[in-house]
Amino acid sequence: MRVARVAYAGAIHAGEPCTLTDGRAGVRLIDGRVLGEEDVVWLPPLEAGTIIALGLNYAERARELAFGRQEEPLVFLKGPGTLIGHRGVTRRPADVKFMHYECELAVIIGRTARGVSRAEALAHVAGYTIANDYAVRDYLENWYRPNLRVKNRDGATALGPWLVDAAEVGDPGNLALRTLVNGKLTQQGNTRDMLTDVPGLIEYLSGFMTLSAGDLILTGTPEGAINVEEGDEVVCEIDGLGSLANTIVADRLFGR
Amino acid sequence: MTVTSPVAVPMDVPPYRLSGTVYGVLLNHRSALDALGNLVNDSPYRGAPRAPVLYIKPRNTLAVSGVPVHVPSDAPELEVGACLGLVLGRAAARLAEGDALEYVAGYLIVNDVSVPHSSYYRPSIRHKARDGFCPLGPRVVPRAALADPGAVTLRVFIDGVLRQSASTAGLLRPAARLLAEVSEFMTLAAGDVLALGAAFPAPRVRPGQMARIEIDGIGCLENPFVGDAA
Repeated sequence: MRVARVAYAGAIHAGEPCTLTDGRAGVRLIDGRVLGEEDVVWLPPLEAGTIIALGLNYAERARELAFGRQEEPLVFLKGPGTLIGHRGVTRRPADVKFMHYECELAVIIGRTARGVSRAEALAHVAGYTIANDYAVRDYLENWYRPNLRVKNRDGATALGPWLVDAAEVGDPGNLALRTLVNGKLTQQGNTRDMLTDVPGLIEYLSGFMTLSAGDLILTGTPEGAINVEEGDEVVCEIDGLGSLANTIVADRLFGR
Repeated sequence: MTVTSPVAVPMDVPPYRLSGTVYGVLLNHRSALDALGNLVNDSPYRGAPRAPVLYIKPRNTLAVSGVPVHVPSDAPELEVGACLGLVLGRAAARLAEGDALEYVAGYLIVNDVSVPHSSYYRPSIRHKARDGFCPLGPRVVPRAALADPGAVTLRVFIDGVLRQSASTAGLLRPAARLLAEVSEFMTLAAGDVLALGAAFPAPRVRPGQMARIEIDGIGCLENPFVGDAA
Protein backbone atom coordinates (compact mmCIF):
# COMPACT_ATOMS: atom_id res chain seq x y z
CA MET A 1 0.00 0.00 0.00
CA ARG A 2 1.11 3.55 -0.74
CA VAL A 3 -0.22 6.59 1.05
CA ALA A 4 0.52 10.28 0.56
CA ARG A 5 -0.48 13.34 2.57
CA VAL A 6 -1.67 16.10 0.33
CA ALA A 7 -3.36 19.46 0.79
CA TYR A 8 -6.30 20.11 -1.49
CA ALA A 9 -9.26 22.48 -1.42
CA GLY A 10 -8.61 23.71 2.07
CA ALA A 11 -7.82 20.51 3.93
CA ILE A 12 -5.19 17.82 4.36
CA HIS A 13 -6.03 14.42 2.93
CA ALA A 14 -4.66 10.93 2.61
CA GLY A 15 -4.30 9.84 -1.00
CA GLU A 16 -3.17 6.85 -2.99
CA PRO A 17 -1.69 6.54 -6.44
CA CYS A 18 -3.94 6.18 -9.49
CA THR A 19 -3.82 6.59 -13.24
CA LEU A 20 -5.89 9.35 -14.81
CA THR A 21 -8.11 8.69 -17.83
CA ASP A 22 -5.51 10.34 -20.09
CA GLY A 23 -2.83 8.01 -18.77
CA ARG A 24 -1.01 10.50 -16.52
CA ALA A 25 -0.17 9.63 -12.92
CA GLY A 26 -2.54 11.05 -10.36
CA VAL A 27 -3.66 10.76 -6.78
CA ARG A 28 -6.99 9.46 -5.51
CA LEU A 29 -8.04 11.02 -2.23
CA ILE A 30 -9.59 8.51 0.12
CA ASP A 31 -12.88 10.45 -0.14
CA GLY A 32 -13.00 9.46 -3.84
CA ARG A 33 -11.76 12.58 -5.61
CA VAL A 34 -9.28 11.88 -8.40
CA LEU A 35 -6.71 14.59 -9.05
CA GLY A 36 -3.65 15.25 -11.13
CA GLU A 37 -0.26 15.21 -9.45
CA GLU A 38 0.05 18.96 -10.01
CA ASP A 39 -3.40 19.75 -8.60
CA VAL A 40 -2.48 19.04 -5.00
CA VAL A 41 0.19 20.28 -2.59
CA TRP A 42 2.30 17.35 -1.52
CA LEU A 43 3.26 17.27 2.14
CA PRO A 44 5.85 15.00 3.73
CA PRO A 45 4.04 11.64 4.00
CA LEU A 46 4.16 11.69 7.80
CA GLU A 47 4.64 14.06 10.70
CA ALA A 48 8.02 12.77 11.68
CA GLY A 49 9.27 12.27 15.21
CA THR A 50 13.04 12.10 15.61
CA ILE A 51 14.84 12.51 12.28
CA ILE A 52 18.05 10.52 12.22
CA ALA A 53 20.44 10.87 9.30
CA LEU A 54 23.55 9.01 8.20
CA GLY A 55 26.72 10.45 6.75
CA LEU A 56 29.17 8.45 4.67
CA ASN A 57 27.13 5.26 4.66
CA TYR A 58 28.18 4.17 1.18
CA ALA A 59 31.75 3.04 0.57
CA GLU A 60 32.25 4.94 -2.67
CA ARG A 61 30.81 8.11 -1.17
CA ALA A 62 33.18 7.87 1.80
CA ARG A 63 36.06 7.40 -0.64
CA GLU A 64 34.86 10.38 -2.67
CA LEU A 65 35.11 12.52 0.47
CA ALA A 66 38.44 10.93 1.45
CA PHE A 67 37.23 9.33 4.67
CA GLY A 68 38.57 6.02 5.86
CA ARG A 69 36.64 3.15 7.37
CA GLN A 70 34.58 4.36 10.30
CA GLU A 71 34.44 2.79 13.74
CA GLU A 72 30.68 3.23 13.99
CA PRO A 73 27.96 4.74 11.80
CA LEU A 74 28.21 8.53 11.47
CA VAL A 75 24.84 9.75 12.71
CA PHE A 76 23.40 13.21 13.06
CA LEU A 77 19.93 14.54 13.90
CA LYS A 78 17.62 16.95 12.15
CA GLY A 79 14.60 18.99 13.22
CA PRO A 80 11.10 18.79 11.75
CA GLY A 81 11.25 22.22 10.10
CA THR A 82 13.62 20.98 7.42
CA LEU A 83 11.09 18.60 5.85
CA ILE A 84 9.25 19.49 2.64
CA GLY A 85 7.01 17.40 0.39
CA HIS A 86 7.17 16.19 -3.21
CA ARG A 87 7.21 18.93 -5.87
CA GLY A 88 8.37 21.48 -3.30
CA VAL A 89 10.99 24.16 -3.74
CA THR A 90 14.27 24.54 -1.86
CA ARG A 91 16.11 27.82 -1.46
CA ARG A 92 19.69 28.16 -2.60
CA PRO A 93 21.45 31.04 -0.84
CA ALA A 94 22.83 33.44 -3.45
CA ASP A 95 26.32 33.56 -2.00
CA VAL A 96 27.14 29.84 -1.83
CA LYS A 97 29.32 27.83 -4.19
CA PHE A 98 28.38 24.25 -3.39
CA MET A 99 24.91 23.03 -2.57
CA HIS A 100 24.14 19.41 -3.40
CA TYR A 101 21.28 16.93 -3.23
CA GLU A 102 21.49 13.52 -1.57
CA CYS A 103 19.13 10.77 -2.68
CA GLU A 104 18.47 8.47 0.29
CA LEU A 105 16.30 5.59 1.34
CA ALA A 106 14.20 6.81 4.30
CA VAL A 107 13.07 4.23 6.86
CA ILE A 108 9.93 4.93 8.88
CA ILE A 109 9.80 3.23 12.26
CA GLY A 110 6.46 1.57 12.98
CA ARG A 111 6.79 0.44 16.57
CA THR A 112 8.97 1.06 19.58
CA ALA A 113 12.46 -0.36 19.23
CA ARG A 114 14.89 -0.67 22.12
CA GLY A 115 17.79 -3.11 22.12
CA VAL A 116 16.58 -4.78 18.95
CA SER A 117 18.78 -7.36 17.20
CA ARG A 118 19.32 -7.17 13.46
CA ALA A 119 17.28 -10.34 13.03
CA GLU A 120 14.24 -8.61 14.56
CA ALA A 121 14.93 -5.15 13.20
CA LEU A 122 12.76 -5.08 10.09
CA ALA A 123 9.68 -6.03 12.12
CA HIS A 124 9.91 -2.53 13.62
CA VAL A 125 9.68 -0.80 10.24
CA ALA A 126 6.34 0.64 9.07
CA GLY A 127 7.53 1.53 5.61
CA TYR A 128 9.86 3.47 3.40
CA THR A 129 9.98 6.64 1.37
CA ILE A 130 12.51 8.72 -0.56
CA ALA A 131 14.50 11.58 0.95
CA ASN A 132 16.54 14.26 -0.75
CA ASP A 133 18.73 15.57 2.05
CA TYR A 134 20.31 18.77 0.70
CA ALA A 135 23.57 20.11 2.10
CA VAL A 136 25.18 23.51 1.71
CA ARG A 137 28.83 22.70 2.03
CA ASP A 138 29.96 26.31 2.21
CA TYR A 139 28.63 26.33 5.76
CA LEU A 140 30.46 23.20 6.87
CA GLU A 141 32.56 23.78 9.96
CA ASN A 142 34.66 21.25 11.82
CA TRP A 143 32.52 21.26 14.95
CA TYR A 144 29.88 18.59 15.53
CA ARG A 145 29.96 17.82 11.81
CA PRO A 146 27.79 18.17 9.91
CA ASN A 147 26.22 21.11 11.70
CA LEU A 148 22.59 22.17 11.36
CA ARG A 149 23.41 25.21 9.25
CA VAL A 150 24.60 22.76 6.56
CA LYS A 151 21.96 20.06 6.93
CA ASN A 152 18.91 21.43 8.71
CA ARG A 153 17.86 24.40 6.64
CA ASP A 154 14.19 25.20 6.15
CA GLY A 155 12.70 23.10 3.39
CA ALA A 156 16.01 21.45 2.55
CA THR A 157 14.98 17.83 3.19
CA ALA A 158 12.47 16.70 0.60
CA LEU A 159 10.49 13.61 1.59
CA GLY A 160 7.95 11.51 -0.31
CA PRO A 161 5.91 11.22 -2.36
CA TRP A 162 4.51 8.05 -0.77
CA LEU A 163 4.83 6.14 2.45
CA VAL A 164 5.21 2.65 0.99
CA ASP A 165 4.33 -0.27 3.26
CA ALA A 166 7.27 -2.35 4.43
CA ALA A 167 5.51 -5.48 3.14
CA GLU A 168 5.33 -4.05 -0.36
CA VAL A 169 9.06 -3.24 -0.37
CA GLY A 170 10.27 -6.51 1.11
CA ASP A 171 14.07 -6.43 1.25
CA PRO A 172 15.35 -2.84 1.68
CA GLY A 173 18.86 -4.09 0.96
CA ASN A 174 18.65 -4.31 -2.80
CA LEU A 175 17.03 -1.16 -4.12
CA ALA A 176 18.51 0.84 -6.98
CA LEU A 177 18.48 4.59 -6.41
CA ARG A 178 19.34 7.45 -8.71
CA THR A 179 19.16 11.22 -9.10
CA LEU A 180 18.39 13.15 -12.27
CA VAL A 181 19.09 16.86 -12.57
CA ASN A 182 17.06 18.43 -15.36
CA GLY A 183 16.50 14.94 -16.73
CA LYS A 184 20.17 13.97 -16.80
CA LEU A 185 21.38 11.07 -14.65
CA THR A 186 23.92 12.39 -12.12
CA GLN A 187 23.90 9.88 -9.27
CA GLN A 188 23.18 6.20 -9.00
CA GLY A 189 23.72 3.47 -6.50
CA ASN A 190 22.12 0.55 -4.76
CA THR A 191 21.18 0.14 -1.12
CA ARG A 192 23.16 -3.14 -1.06
CA ASP A 193 26.32 -0.97 -0.96
CA MET A 194 25.50 0.60 2.40
CA LEU A 195 28.30 0.22 4.94
CA THR A 196 25.68 -0.38 7.65
CA ASP A 197 22.45 -1.77 6.22
CA VAL A 198 18.92 -1.05 7.46
CA PRO A 199 18.76 -3.90 10.01
CA GLY A 200 22.24 -2.95 11.21
CA LEU A 201 21.25 0.69 11.64
CA ILE A 202 18.19 -0.21 13.69
CA GLU A 203 20.26 -2.55 15.83
CA TYR A 204 22.95 0.09 16.33
CA LEU A 205 20.59 2.98 17.11
CA SER A 206 18.20 1.04 19.31
CA GLY A 207 21.21 -0.12 21.31
CA PHE A 208 21.46 3.28 22.95
CA MET A 209 18.24 5.14 22.19
CA THR A 210 14.60 4.15 22.04
CA LEU A 211 13.13 4.49 18.56
CA SER A 212 9.41 5.26 18.40
CA ALA A 213 6.73 5.02 15.75
CA GLY A 214 7.15 7.89 13.34
CA ASP A 215 10.89 8.23 13.77
CA LEU A 216 12.76 8.48 10.49
CA ILE A 217 16.15 7.13 9.50
CA LEU A 218 17.70 8.70 6.40
CA THR A 219 20.23 6.06 5.44
CA GLY A 220 22.85 8.05 3.55
CA THR A 221 23.65 8.69 -0.08
CA PRO A 222 25.93 7.06 -2.66
CA GLU A 223 28.59 8.92 -4.63
CA GLY A 224 27.70 11.49 -7.26
CA ALA A 225 26.30 14.41 -5.27
CA ILE A 226 26.98 17.46 -7.44
CA ASN A 227 26.25 21.16 -7.20
CA VAL A 228 22.80 22.41 -8.18
CA GLU A 229 21.77 25.88 -9.26
CA GLU A 230 18.65 28.01 -9.19
CA GLY A 231 16.03 26.60 -11.56
CA ASP A 232 17.37 23.05 -11.52
CA GLU A 233 14.78 20.31 -11.25
CA VAL A 234 16.13 17.52 -9.06
CA VAL A 235 14.41 14.13 -9.17
CA CYS A 236 15.38 11.35 -6.78
CA GLU A 237 14.16 7.85 -7.58
CA ILE A 238 14.26 4.57 -5.71
CA ASP A 239 12.98 1.39 -7.34
CA GLY A 240 9.65 0.44 -5.84
CA LEU A 241 9.21 3.75 -4.01
CA GLY A 242 8.61 6.19 -6.83
CA SER A 243 10.06 9.50 -7.82
CA LEU A 244 10.56 12.58 -5.62
CA ALA A 245 10.83 15.95 -7.42
CA ASN A 246 12.18 19.22 -6.08
CA THR A 247 13.12 22.55 -7.66
CA ILE A 248 15.93 24.84 -6.58
CA VAL A 249 14.81 28.44 -6.18
CA ALA A 250 16.49 31.75 -5.50
CA ASP A 251 16.94 33.84 -2.38
CA ARG A 252 14.90 36.66 -3.87
CA LEU A 253 11.70 34.61 -3.68
CA PHE A 254 12.19 34.83 0.06
CA GLY A 255 12.75 38.57 0.03
CA ARG A 256 16.45 38.11 0.62
CA MET B 1 2.04 16.53 18.22
CA THR B 2 2.29 13.55 20.48
CA VAL B 3 5.67 13.39 22.06
CA THR B 4 6.87 9.92 22.85
CA SER B 5 9.60 9.49 25.38
CA PRO B 6 10.50 6.41 27.39
CA VAL B 7 9.62 8.52 30.40
CA ALA B 8 6.36 10.44 30.36
CA VAL B 9 6.96 14.12 29.81
CA PRO B 10 3.89 16.33 29.96
CA MET B 11 4.20 18.63 26.99
CA ASP B 12 1.01 20.54 27.64
CA VAL B 13 1.86 22.93 30.42
CA PRO B 14 -0.73 25.63 29.79
CA PRO B 15 -0.36 28.25 28.55
CA TYR B 16 2.69 26.62 26.99
CA ARG B 17 2.91 23.57 24.78
CA LEU B 18 6.33 22.14 24.14
CA SER B 19 6.97 20.79 20.64
CA GLY B 20 9.35 18.14 21.93
CA THR B 21 12.30 19.48 19.95
CA VAL B 22 15.19 20.69 22.07
CA TYR B 23 18.17 22.38 20.45
CA GLY B 24 21.53 22.82 22.16
CA VAL B 25 24.44 24.99 21.11
CA LEU B 26 28.09 23.96 21.32
CA LEU B 27 30.72 26.08 23.07
CA ASN B 28 28.45 29.04 23.67
CA HIS B 29 29.81 29.80 27.11
CA ARG B 30 33.08 31.71 27.07
CA SER B 31 34.56 29.34 29.65
CA ALA B 32 33.93 26.36 27.37
CA LEU B 33 35.66 27.92 24.39
CA ASP B 34 38.50 29.26 26.54
CA ALA B 35 39.07 25.77 27.95
CA LEU B 36 40.07 24.57 24.50
CA GLY B 37 42.76 27.25 24.28
CA ASN B 38 44.87 27.06 21.15
CA LEU B 39 43.36 23.70 20.22
CA VAL B 40 40.57 25.58 18.43
CA ASN B 41 43.06 26.70 15.82
CA ASP B 42 44.57 23.26 15.25
CA SER B 43 43.42 20.33 13.17
CA PRO B 44 40.70 19.25 12.85
CA TYR B 45 38.85 22.40 13.97
CA ARG B 46 40.92 25.12 12.29
CA GLY B 47 39.25 28.02 14.03
CA ALA B 48 36.51 28.79 16.52
CA PRO B 49 32.93 28.28 15.29
CA ARG B 50 31.92 31.09 12.93
CA ALA B 51 28.17 30.44 13.21
CA PRO B 52 26.17 28.82 16.02
CA VAL B 53 26.85 25.07 16.10
CA LEU B 54 23.57 23.47 17.05
CA TYR B 55 22.67 19.92 17.97
CA ILE B 56 19.42 18.22 18.86
CA LYS B 57 18.34 16.42 22.00
CA PRO B 58 15.74 14.05 20.50
CA ARG B 59 12.45 13.14 22.14
CA ASN B 60 13.75 9.93 23.71
CA THR B 61 16.11 12.05 25.83
CA LEU B 62 13.39 14.17 27.43
CA ALA B 63 12.62 13.68 31.10
CA VAL B 64 11.22 15.67 33.98
CA SER B 65 12.58 16.51 37.39
CA GLY B 66 12.90 13.48 39.65
CA VAL B 67 13.29 10.89 36.91
CA PRO B 68 16.48 8.82 37.26
CA VAL B 69 19.14 9.20 34.57
CA HIS B 70 20.81 5.93 33.67
CA VAL B 71 24.59 6.01 33.52
CA PRO B 72 25.56 3.58 30.76
CA SER B 73 27.84 0.73 31.75
CA ASP B 74 30.61 1.94 29.41
CA ALA B 75 30.81 5.41 31.02
CA PRO B 76 32.05 5.75 34.61
CA GLU B 77 30.49 9.19 34.97
CA LEU B 78 28.41 11.72 33.07
CA GLU B 79 28.54 15.47 32.61
CA VAL B 80 25.80 17.73 33.91
CA GLY B 81 25.34 20.47 31.32
CA ALA B 82 23.35 23.13 33.18
CA CYS B 83 21.64 25.48 30.76
CA LEU B 84 19.01 28.16 30.71
CA GLY B 85 16.40 27.07 28.15
CA LEU B 86 14.28 29.39 26.05
CA VAL B 87 10.76 28.23 25.17
CA LEU B 88 9.62 29.72 21.86
CA GLY B 89 6.16 31.26 21.99
CA ARG B 90 5.62 31.52 18.25
CA ALA B 91 7.29 30.58 15.01
CA ALA B 92 10.51 32.51 14.63
CA ALA B 93 12.27 33.14 11.32
CA ARG B 94 14.88 35.76 10.48
CA LEU B 95 14.55 37.59 13.77
CA ALA B 96 16.25 40.89 14.41
CA GLU B 97 18.34 40.81 17.57
CA GLY B 98 16.50 43.86 18.87
CA ASP B 99 13.11 42.20 19.17
CA ALA B 100 14.09 38.51 19.28
CA LEU B 101 13.18 38.08 22.95
CA GLU B 102 9.57 38.95 22.15
CA TYR B 103 9.33 35.49 20.55
CA VAL B 104 10.24 33.82 23.82
CA ALA B 105 7.25 32.61 25.82
CA GLY B 106 9.21 31.59 28.87
CA TYR B 107 12.17 29.83 30.40
CA LEU B 108 13.04 26.52 31.98
CA ILE B 109 16.11 24.67 33.19
CA VAL B 110 17.76 22.17 30.83
CA ASN B 111 20.18 19.51 32.01
CA ASP B 112 22.06 18.65 28.81
CA VAL B 113 23.55 15.35 30.00
CA SER B 114 26.54 13.98 28.08
CA VAL B 115 28.96 11.13 28.15
CA PRO B 116 32.25 13.09 28.45
CA HIS B 117 33.95 13.32 25.06
CA SER B 118 37.12 15.18 24.19
CA SER B 119 36.62 15.59 20.45
CA TYR B 120 34.01 18.01 19.16
CA TYR B 121 34.77 17.21 15.53
CA ARG B 122 32.30 14.45 14.76
CA PRO B 123 31.29 12.88 18.06
CA SER B 124 28.85 10.00 18.15
CA ILE B 125 25.30 10.93 19.13
CA ARG B 126 25.64 8.11 21.71
CA HIS B 127 27.23 10.78 23.90
CA LYS B 128 24.18 13.03 23.97
CA ALA B 129 21.11 11.19 22.68
CA ARG B 130 20.60 8.34 25.13
CA ASP B 131 17.21 7.85 26.74
CA GLY B 132 16.60 10.31 29.54
CA PHE B 133 19.67 12.46 28.79
CA CYS B 134 17.72 15.72 28.77
CA PRO B 135 15.85 16.43 31.99
CA LEU B 136 14.04 19.75 31.77
CA GLY B 137 11.81 21.77 34.01
CA PRO B 138 10.73 21.97 36.74
CA ARG B 139 8.24 24.23 34.96
CA VAL B 140 8.10 26.89 32.30
CA VAL B 141 8.12 30.33 33.85
CA PRO B 142 6.78 33.24 31.79
CA ARG B 143 9.29 35.56 30.15
CA ALA B 144 8.48 38.33 32.62
CA ALA B 145 9.71 36.12 35.49
CA LEU B 146 13.32 36.80 34.51
CA ALA B 147 14.23 40.47 34.40
CA ASP B 148 17.32 39.84 32.26
CA PRO B 149 18.14 36.44 30.71
CA GLY B 150 21.69 37.73 30.28
CA ALA B 151 22.26 37.99 34.03
CA VAL B 152 21.03 34.67 35.34
CA THR B 153 23.05 32.56 37.75
CA LEU B 154 22.94 28.76 37.42
CA ARG B 155 24.08 26.64 40.36
CA VAL B 156 24.80 22.93 40.15
CA PHE B 157 24.82 20.82 43.30
CA ILE B 158 25.99 17.21 43.34
CA ASP B 159 24.72 15.42 46.45
CA GLY B 160 23.98 18.82 47.92
CA VAL B 161 27.49 20.22 47.40
CA LEU B 162 27.83 23.29 45.18
CA ARG B 163 29.99 22.23 42.24
CA GLN B 164 29.36 24.96 39.70
CA SER B 165 28.12 28.51 39.72
CA ALA B 166 27.94 30.18 36.33
CA SER B 167 26.23 33.16 34.80
CA THR B 168 24.56 33.65 31.45
CA ALA B 169 26.60 36.85 31.34
CA GLY B 170 29.37 34.59 30.05
CA LEU B 171 27.52 33.50 26.94
CA LEU B 172 29.32 34.31 23.69
CA ARG B 173 25.98 34.64 21.94
CA PRO B 174 23.40 35.85 24.46
CA ALA B 175 19.79 34.79 24.00
CA ALA B 176 18.67 37.51 21.58
CA ARG B 177 21.74 37.27 19.39
CA LEU B 178 21.59 33.48 19.27
CA LEU B 179 17.92 33.59 18.26
CA ALA B 180 18.75 36.04 15.47
CA GLU B 181 21.65 33.96 14.11
CA VAL B 182 19.84 30.62 14.32
CA SER B 183 16.58 31.87 12.82
CA GLU B 184 18.56 33.17 9.86
CA PHE B 185 18.91 29.61 8.53
CA MET B 186 16.13 27.67 10.25
CA THR B 187 12.69 28.54 11.56
CA LEU B 188 12.10 27.73 15.20
CA ALA B 189 8.58 26.52 16.00
CA ALA B 190 6.33 27.47 18.89
CA GLY B 191 7.19 25.18 21.78
CA ASP B 192 10.75 24.49 20.67
CA VAL B 193 13.36 24.75 23.41
CA LEU B 194 16.73 26.37 22.76
CA ALA B 195 19.28 25.60 25.49
CA LEU B 196 21.80 28.42 25.66
CA GLY B 197 24.90 26.42 26.54
CA ALA B 198 26.71 25.18 29.62
CA ALA B 199 29.78 26.60 31.32
CA PHE B 200 33.09 24.74 31.64
CA PRO B 201 33.91 22.55 33.44
CA ALA B 202 30.62 20.66 33.56
CA PRO B 203 30.29 18.88 36.91
CA ARG B 204 30.62 15.10 36.69
CA VAL B 205 28.20 12.72 38.31
CA ARG B 206 28.43 9.00 39.08
CA PRO B 207 25.78 6.36 39.70
CA GLY B 208 24.22 6.84 43.11
CA GLN B 209 24.57 10.62 43.06
CA MET B 210 21.97 13.34 42.78
CA ALA B 211 22.32 16.37 40.48
CA ARG B 212 20.39 19.53 41.22
CA ILE B 213 20.40 22.64 39.05
CA GLU B 214 19.00 25.85 40.48
CA ILE B 215 18.10 29.08 38.74
CA ASP B 216 16.64 31.92 40.79
CA GLY B 217 13.19 32.73 39.50
CA ILE B 218 12.68 29.31 37.87
CA GLY B 219 13.30 26.76 40.61
CA CYS B 220 15.34 23.59 40.73
CA LEU B 221 15.68 20.57 38.47
CA GLU B 222 16.79 17.53 40.40
CA ASN B 223 17.56 14.06 39.00
CA PRO B 224 19.19 11.01 40.55
CA PHE B 225 21.80 9.19 38.48
CA VAL B 226 21.69 5.42 38.63
CA GLY B 227 23.71 2.53 37.26
CA ASP B 228 22.59 0.93 34.03
CA ALA B 229 20.31 -1.96 34.90
CA ALA B 230 21.46 -3.87 31.82
